[in-house]
Order: sequence, then structure tokens, then C-alpha cells
Amino acid sequence: MFGKLTLQAIPFDQPIIMGTCMVIIIGILAILGLITYKRKWTWLWTEWLTTVDHKRIGIMYTLLAMVMLLRGFSDAIMMRSQQALASGNAHGFLPPEHYDQIFSAHGTIMIFFMAMPFVVGLMNFVVPLQIGARDVAFPVLNSVSFWLTAAGALLINISLGVGEFARTGWLAYPPLSELPFSPGVGVDYYLWSLQISGVGTLLSGVNLVTTILKLRAPGMTLSKMPVFSWTALAANMLIVAAFPVLTATFAMLLLDRYLGMHFFTNDGGGNPMMYINLIWSWGHPEVYILILPAFGIFSEVIATFSRKPLFGYRSMVVATMAITLLAFTTWLHHFFTMGSGADVNGFFGVTTMVIAIPTGVKIFNWLFTMYGGRVRFTSPVLWTIGFMVTFTIGGMTGVLMAVPPADFVLHNSLFLIAHFHNVIIGGVVFGCFAGLTYWFPKAFGFRLHEGLGKAAFWFWFVGFYLAFMPLYVLGFMGMTRRMNHYDDPAWLPYLLVAECGAVCILVGILLQVAQLVWSIRKRDQLSVDARDPWDARTLEWSTTSPPPAYNFALLPKVEGLDAYWEAKQGVNAPMHKNYEPIDIPKNSGLGFFTSFLAVVGGFGMIWHIVWMGVLALFAFLVLLAWWSWDEHDEYELKPSDIARLERASLLTS
Amino acid sequence: MSVEAVTVDAYPEEGAVLPTRQHVTGFGFYVYLLSDGILFAALFAAFAVLHGATDGGPDSHALFSARNAFIETACLLTSSFTCGIAMLACDRRNRFVTLVGFLLTGVLGAMFLTLEVREFSDLIARGAGPDRSAFLSSFFTLVSTHGIHVTCGLLWLTVLLVQFLGRGFTPAITRRFLCFSLFWHVLDIVWIALFTFVYLIGGYL
Repeated sequence: MFGKLTLQAIPFDQPIIMGTCMVIIIGILAILGLITYKRKWTWLWTEWLTTVDHKRIGIMYTLLAMVMLLRGFSDAIMMRSQQALASGNAHGFLPPEHYDQIFSAHGTIMIFFMAMPFVVGLMNFVVPLQIGARDVAFPVLNSVSFWLTAAGALLINISLGVGEFARTGWLAYPPLSELPFSPGVGVDYYLWSLQISGVGTLLSGVNLVTTILKLRAPGMTLSKMPVFSWTALAANMLIVAAFPVLTATFAMLLLDRYLGMHFFTNDGGGNPMMYINLIWSWGHPEVYILILPAFGIFSEVIATFSRKPLFGYRSMVVATMAITLLAFTTWLHHFFTMGSGADVNGFFGVTTMVIAIPTGVKIFNWLFTMYGGRVRFTSPVLWTIGFMVTFTIGGMTGVLMAVPPADFVLHNSLFLIAHFHNVIIGGVVFGCFAGLTYWFPKAFGFRLHEGLGKAAFWFWFVGFYLAFMPLYVLGFMGMTRRMNHYDDPAWLPYLLVAECGAVCILVGILLQVAQLVWSIRKRDQLSVDARDPWDARTLEWSTTSPPPAYNFALLPKVEGLDAYWEAKQGVNAPMHKNYEPIDIPKNSGLGFFTSFLAVVGGFGMIWHIVWMGVLALFAFLVLLAWWSWDEHDEYELKPSDIARLERASLLTS
Repeated sequence: MSVEAVTVDAYPEEGAVLPTRQHVTGFGFYVYLLSDGILFAALFAAFAVLHGATDGGPDSHALFSARNAFIETACLLTSSFTCGIAMLACDRRNRFVTLVGFLLTGVLGAMFLTLEVREFSDLIARGAGPDRSAFLSSFFTLVSTHGIHVTCGLLWLTVLLVQFLGRGFTPAITRRFLCFSLFWHVLDIVWIALFTFVYLIGGYL
């Protein structure tokens, strides 16, 4: 009846896990209680849970990312503390089987449920505004995408309290992740939650590619499109091209585990190295899916705050597209040690180094944008400069490891860990924070507190260097990744410094929480000039903050790059505005219910409760057919309504 | 307070030439189909890698009947033809031909599926199921992924035809017919690759 699920699945004997679960449950109950007390359920349902407005979906993605950042960071600081304690005869506070789950969960959550939703959320919010569109191409599908991602995030967090998580590392390499070596439900939690959220990501990629290619405002040719939208286009094309490979690969591993197939097993002719090839031919494009939008954010920020057009717009676009193509030619550098021979390794080493060229072009473009500009050192600019320094170091260590003989020495050492945190924190995370601070006033109508933002930046920046520079040294000293315990006392001082770095980053995160709370409470003071607080250049700043449901009462007409900046330079004679009716998509519960069924079905399959999975699938098909019955998925806003809404928004802003 | 904010407006008479919803949906669906093609590409790659990994069990020469696969191919190609006819009729708003065309498409698709299921059950009965060897795992997964797509297509078509009978050519239904026909033709293309690489080259060369 309940498959593998019994009461023993809940780890009552583990105080750390049970304590965490208690805190989470109390937190959730408190939030639910508050919603009930304030009678906000209807508001929540109609304004957020069933919304198909790309701006709100973008905000929900970002919120999910920030919550998951807290979860992923808790894992990180536990690992740092374990390694700071478990030297020589001491064994730390985490037993190996728990420690293995923590590093697997840390990587999985940080990539799939922190970085991805953050980037996708920012693209979702900004891209339609920036290209002068009224929404994405498929608003309901957008809601489904978000809710599938949320379903995956929920499943992976259920594994904390019910059952266990994978102990296989964040990419679940076979044969370790095959049934004989991982008989528990941990790998199944991993696979099902990532399958579900992966489908969501793929659909959102299809959606944004279509939006960017088909819904740009009149006059906005591709060569007049802002750089962030270009990088979003590149990232979403990569999603469309790479995520199906992930789905197929995980499907094969699932078939191995559930139906006894032999794709990656040791017996039956299976080939584990095929998994590693397949997963990295998704995984390498994935890192560009994350970093390219961050490059776009830095481009917008640096041009705005230098009060100059971006230097080398065309070379920026070419570099972005070059990286998009090269993304598919480098995957083998993740496993030079597979032993493909000198020719193959040499080829992939060279393609990897080639990627440094377009990236270098970008760095110089940003520098030249600042050169001769009147740079305002606001917190988005601090994140950008911090990125340029940090990412350059990370890029250089990457090129170092692209040399196959060097990689043989450094493979799976902490040098590698330091390298990819160097580019992911220094690139993606800094980029997301820059974007968050930059576009926050557009989303909510008030800025974030600058002082706290700058303080948070410095703690993150210093914390990052303290936490990861020692890992480069430890890598050279021979320390491998994922160690629960070690005997060499020479490593301890470096790990203590790294622990200090993690604490610094913790302070940075706390300052960001404080910044958010403070800014919300003092929003009246911070809402001055919210429409265009930074004197910015692109179309999203030409509408109100927050923008109306239809984004633009009249669609923008674009005549050049930096369309809004050009408009601000001209004389804007007040004109009588003739509004036309606008079709607005209606709310839809499809996404939320799909997500509910995905959680139920996924949970059923994880625990081998087959009837539950089948029932959820059947219910989903019925839901889809039922939903397709209603063809009236839009309502019309009359010109008089638009005029009234526009007057009201002008008075408040 | 009533200072007019700077905006970048296009006035309606300056011609917002935005694409129609049909066009946008068709394009988006096409992008989705491209991604589906990549899903199949990954499965083809797995088949190519594991083709020889029979683990002492039967190989493709011993197992595949080109006759069965040929009939399957004929069914599917004909169904694509009837689907094309139905779409032409849909463009001319001819209810009867549209309906008959899609019904034939559905029947031929169901025949294809029946043949595929028979082939699978026959293989499993001969001890050549998907758990026998890596080669058979990749074969079953590749071919049945296509089969699952066909099944979804048939379910989709059923719902669409019921709606079509009740409503006729509404914008939503013509839009969905367009997407369905794209889907069906792409499945045909995938099948041609399957027939060539799995059954012809695998079974005969």
C-alpha cells in the first residue's frame, strides 16, 4: 500500500535533523497562521498563487531562490564547520552518512533551486519590460514552469524530514547512484525532484525564446535590443538545447533503478562513463545558462551607473553568441581523467581555453565603459566591480585546469572546488545580487537601503576570499573534495580560515535580510523617484514602478539602442494619448494544481507507491483536458479603464 | 505632481505590426519540438553507444523483423499524409474533410501503436526484455519514448476532436490543430530516423 514508506523513514534519532524540521514546521505554521489571521487567503490565491503576470512570477522565482539560498548556505556552513572540527583524532559533529547527504544537497540546491530560479526569475521579470512587451508569449505556461520548479524544491526539502537525500554528490554519478550501491530513496528524491523542476525550466526556456524573438516592441530590431535581453536569449536557447539531455539522462538512470535496465550499471553491458558524458553535455552549457544573464546584468548596471552607452555593444553580442556555441564543445574537460587519450583531451583543453577569449572581450568592454564615465559607486556597481576582480581570478584558474596534465593533478581536489565557487559566487551570485538591487525599485516602487547593501557586499566579498582562497592552497597540498574527516594536521589552519570566511558570508546574508526588512518598513522614504531611480537607459524604466498589469499603456516605439535614454534627451511634448483596448490573460490555477499533482506523484514514485504516481498522472491528464475546455483565457481592458489607471499611477508616483 | 513622466510611446497609427497569436503559438511550439528532437538525440546517442553491448544476449540481427517495422512505417507515413490533408481542409474551413482526415490519422496512429506493443510483448516473451542487456535497454527506451509521444498525440487528438465537434473552427481549435500537426510530422521524422538506424542498419547491415 505505501511502498517503501514506513514510520522509520522519519529520522527521530537525529537531533540536528529533527531540530531543523521543527523550526521549519513552526515557521510554516506561523506564516499560515499569519495569513489566516490577516484574512489574506483570497488575496494570496488571486494575486499570487494563480497569477500569470510575468512580473509576479519573476518575483516568486526570486523569492524561492532567496529561501533556497538560506537552505543551501546552512548546508555550506555545516560542511565548513565539520572540516574545521574533524582533524586528526576529532571526528566533528556530522557522521559520514549525514555529511554525504549535506554536500549532495548543498550542490543540488544551490545550482537547481538557488542559482537557476534567481536567474530565471530576473529574466522573467525584466525581459518583457526591457523589450517593450506586455507579457511573455505564454503566460499560463510561465506559471506552470514556476510551479514545477517550486514542486521540485518542495520535494527535495521533504527529503530532509522524510527518508534521506542522495549521498552521491550533486550529479549522482553511477555506478554509485545505481540501486546496488544506493538502495535507499535518496537518489530517487534527487532524480524525481530534478526531473520535475527540469521540465519547468525547459518550458520557461521555450517561453522566453519565443517572447524575445516574437514580441519585441515595434522598431526594436535585434541590433537595438539591450544586452541583458541578448544574454537572456542566449541563456534560454541553451536551456532549450541542453535541458532535454538532462531529462533523457535522468530518465535512463530512473529506468535502471526502477525497471532493472542496464544503461549505466556495472553488469549487463552498461556504461557508467556514458552517464558522465551525457550529464556534462548538459552540465557545461548549464554554467553558461547561469553566467550569461549575470553578464547581461553587469552590462546594464555598468552602463547605467557610468552614464555612458555600453562600450562595444556589438562585440558584446558577438561574444555572448560565441560563448553560447562554444558551450557545447567543452564538456569533456570535466573528466579528462576518463582516459580518452591525448588527442581528445587536447581538443577539449583547447576549446575550453578558447572560451576565455570572448569572456575577456566582455571584461574589457566593461572596463572601457567605466573609463571616462561618471561612475556612481552604488551597491550594484560594487557587486559589479567585485565580480570583475573575482571572476578574472576564477577564469584564470579555470584556464589553468583546462591544461589536461595540470587537471590530472588537480582533479577532484579542493582546487577545483575553489575554482568553480570562484566563478559561480563571484559571477552568478554577485550578478544576481546586483540585479536584485538594480531592479528592486522597478518591482516594488522603492529602493533597497544603500548602506546595508554596501555592508552586505563587503562581508560577502571579504568572506568569499577568506573562504575559498585557502581551498586553492589545500588543493595544491593534496586535499580532495567531500572529506568528512582528515588526518593531516597541516590542513587545519587553512580550514579554520575558510570557516571564518563562511561566518563572514553569514553576516553578509544576515545584513541582506536586515536590508530587506528595513527597506520594507521605511519604504515611504525610499520610494522617491522610483520610476527611474538610477537615471537608466532601457525601456523597463519608462513605465511606472511597479508597472501596471499590461506593462505599457501604449507600446513603446524604439528607434535606437538605449531607447529610454534617447527619449529622455529629447523634448517630450505632452500629447493626448489614444489608448487602445488591451487583452490581458486571466488568472489560472493550472500551474498550482499541476505542481500539487507533481508533488503527490513524485512523492509516490520516490517511495514506490505506484498507485499514487499513476493516479497523479491520470489526474494531470484530466486537469489538462478540463483546462483546455475554456477558450476564453483573456479579458479586455477598455481605453477608459487604461486612462483611469494611468492617471492614478501618475498621482501616486 | 501632475508632471508627465517621460515615456517611449508608439502610437497606434504608427503601426504596431505584432505577430498574431496563432503565429506566436506555432513558433513557440516549434521551439519546443526542437527541444524534443534533442531529447531523442540523447537517446539515439545512448543507442549508438550501447548497440553492441548485448552481454551475451541476442543482438539486433537476431531480434528485429523489418517486415513489422515496414508496416509500422507505412501506417505512420500515411497518417502524416492524412494529417496534412486535414490541415489543408482546416485552412479552407471544411469541417467534414478535417474531421475525416484527423480520424484517419488517429486510427493509423492506433494501428502503429498496436503493432509496436505486439513487437515489444513478443520480444519480452522471447526473453529479450529491456532488463536483458544494455543494448535492449537502449532499444526499448528509444523506441518506446517515440511510442509514448504517439500515445500522447492520440489522447490530445481525441480531446481536440471532441471539442471540434462541439465548436467548429474557433481560433483556439485551429491553433491547436496547427500545433498537433507540427507534433505529428516531427514524430514521423523521428520515426524515419528510428527505422533507418535501428531497424534497417541495425537489423540488416
